[in-house]
Amino acid sequence: MGTARVLGAALIALGLAAGPAAADSSPSPSASQDGRGPTRAGTSFRTATEIEQGQRATATASTGDYLYWSFPADAGQRPTVRATVKLPGRHAAQTWQLDVYDGLRRRQACQYGAQTRTAAPGASSVELACVLRTVRAWSEPWADDPLPGTYYVRLTAVGLPAADRGLPVGAGVRADSADAGGAAAVDGSLAAPLVPGVAAKSVQDEGGSPDPAVLSSLEPADGWTSGWWSDRWVWTAAGGLLAALAGIGGYALTRGAGRPGRVPPGA
Amino acid sequence: MIRTQRLVAGVCALLAALMAGIAFPAGAVADETGANAPQVDLVLDVSGSMRTKDIDGKSRMAAAKQAFNEVLDATPPEVRLGIRTLGANYPGDDRKTGCRDTAQLYPVGPLDRTEAKTAVATLTPTGWTPIGPALLKAADDLGGGTGSKRIVLISDGQDTCAPLDPCEVARDIAAKGIGLTIDTLGLVPDVTLRRQLSCIAEATGGTFTSVERTDQLTDKVNQLVDRAADPVVTPVAASGADACAKAPTLKSGLYTDREAFGEQRWYRVDVRPGRELRAAVSVSADRPVDPSYGVLLRAVTAKGREIVRGEAAGTGRTDVISTGLRYPKAESDDDTAPAEAVCLQVTHSFSAASGVEAGPGLPLELTVDVVDGPSRPADVASFGLGRGWWLLGALILAGFLAGAVRGWLSRWRVAVWRTN
Repeated sequence: MGTARVLGAALIALGLAAGPAAADSSPSPSASQDGRGPTRAGTSFRTATEIEQGQRATATASTGDYLYWSFPADAGQRPTVRATVKLPGRHAAQTWQLDVYDGLRRRQACQYGAQTRTAAPGASSVELACVLRTVRAWSEPWADDPLPGTYYVRLTAVGLPAADRGLPVGAGVRADSADAGGAAAVDGSLAAPLVPGVAAKSVQDEGGSPDPAVLSSLEPADGWTSGWWSDRWVWTAAGGLLAALAGIGGYALTRGAGRPGRVPPGA
Repeated sequence: MIRTQRLVAGVCALLAALMAGIAFPAGAVADETGANAPQVDLVLDVSGSMRTKDIDGKSRMAAAKQAFNEVLDATPPEVRLGIRTLGANYPGDDRKTGCRDTAQLYPVGPLDRTEAKTAVATLTPTGWTPIGPALLKAADDLGGGTGSKRIVLISDGQDTCAPLDPCEVARDIAAKGIGLTIDTLGLVPDVTLRRQLSCIAEATGGTFTSVERTDQLTDKVNQLVDRAADPVVTPVAASGADACAKAPTLKSGLYTDREAFGEQRWYRVDVRPGRELRAAVSVSADRPVDPSYGVLLRAVTAKGREIVRGEAAGTGRTDVISTGLRYPKAESDDDTAPAEAVCLQVTHSFSAASGVEAGPGLPLELTVDVVDGPSRPADVASFGLGRGWWLLGALILAGFLAGAVRGWLSRWRVAVWRTN
């Protein structure tokens, strides 16, 4: 009985500790913290510069350019994209916008964040942000939920007087993500992440052609998840153990002491 | 149940992967090696106005020469670089002759730095500004090959050879070849020049930069040449039909096409059972368009039933509007089940702004990927597992009640035995 009690207490402690710890969804940038990323930007979906999460990409460009970057995001992550634009000394009011598209080039909604912002005349910089929805492992084909794969970031001035065209600006972009944990763990999974050109890429890998250009090559730091692990396993297992312990407790309570030493079989 | 499904899915995926090796040749994505080197043609305005001394206290021409020298030093070895001039040779007043004045200073090919620099040093500001004809010739300079092609136009004045609109010339050039981009640099902060040069740039998906200092010019041209050297996937030209029955069949890959205003384009993709079709389309606005627009991509069966659609709409200044769709075809028990021909219909609702030519059609980019199908969920939650304090509470309560009942039963049995 003593052993059982110690074991039970340990298991309860484990269950209580594991639950909240796993449920915690504090932001945790998944890649290198202070990673300095590439110093250029693409000008279309096809030429988008690839960055990893946690990397800060910078680029010098001209007002009116459409700047593209892409980053990978995996199931259970809630990506946040932040962009800073350093504006030239003299300029009129300009409206800048940050758009995020998924691997199928579908525009993704921002839950919060200033996606569009107008810089006052002469302002030295403008900051934009977009918090996406949590990436799901699976969704109906008719939904446009975020799925694991490549995400494109487009940064551009949408409102621009002709006199301000072509002025030098500096742009910086960074994507981080918060881990949503098991709360967002859904059943089902994609056979391949939503990475453009993934079918052509796998064929090329088999063919072994030398270093071909690909639409998208980056993966998350620890690879695409296989999709079976989530903290739901911990919760469910802990629940089962606690149920067993509660069962022993209930049994001990109602059966009471004083059972005779010699009990016939079957009683 | 789930495990069985997953096992079956895994086996099917393996089979499908083996099939894919046979069914999808890598033809749709051109690679970039050897003969397909990136090509850049620098087009420099050598018109009379380049004499003006307003860049760092030097003449525009001197600034351009200095920048060119530095760019020639920094050009990556794989880039085939050429130089073309406009307005370099004819100093007279005859408009007709002046508007034909464009010459190849250094041919597009492997770069001999000394030779190219000597050629640049001979330039003196002379004549007219025939931007349109120079662009046409520059496009001819960039020969065949599937590597990326880029024209960098450096000018200090508007085109003086109307009615040939350089903007329309740029659009026509882009419509002829695949992957040709024109970037423009303006040497004067002048609104009309900005408008014209940014129109040329936007017609081909390029960039426009206004330059006021020599180092800016050097940095920008270097950046553009480096950009040309980046390996990119070259799309394959496709020609969509106006109806599903006549549509070309596409395999996985990246395609490009042109779609006129108010037109529809149809393509077909064969999807085997247990595979997933992914298609993304983007339509570029390569000319001034009205500020509200949209794009619609529909996947339709051969009999005309819509399976799934992707749609997007937008307002304001944009380079592109895009959307995509997924269609996982259900698995079939019959291994010999034929592939389904899925028709993809692309329409866009751009309209040309007033006074803008409607032809050629807008550039359209289509990505097609046929991959293994997803594993369908048997439950909302992952593996049907539970989570949270309510789950723990319910399980503890159930366990406790079960234990209590068992204990009470046991006690009752002992009592019965004692009585007997």
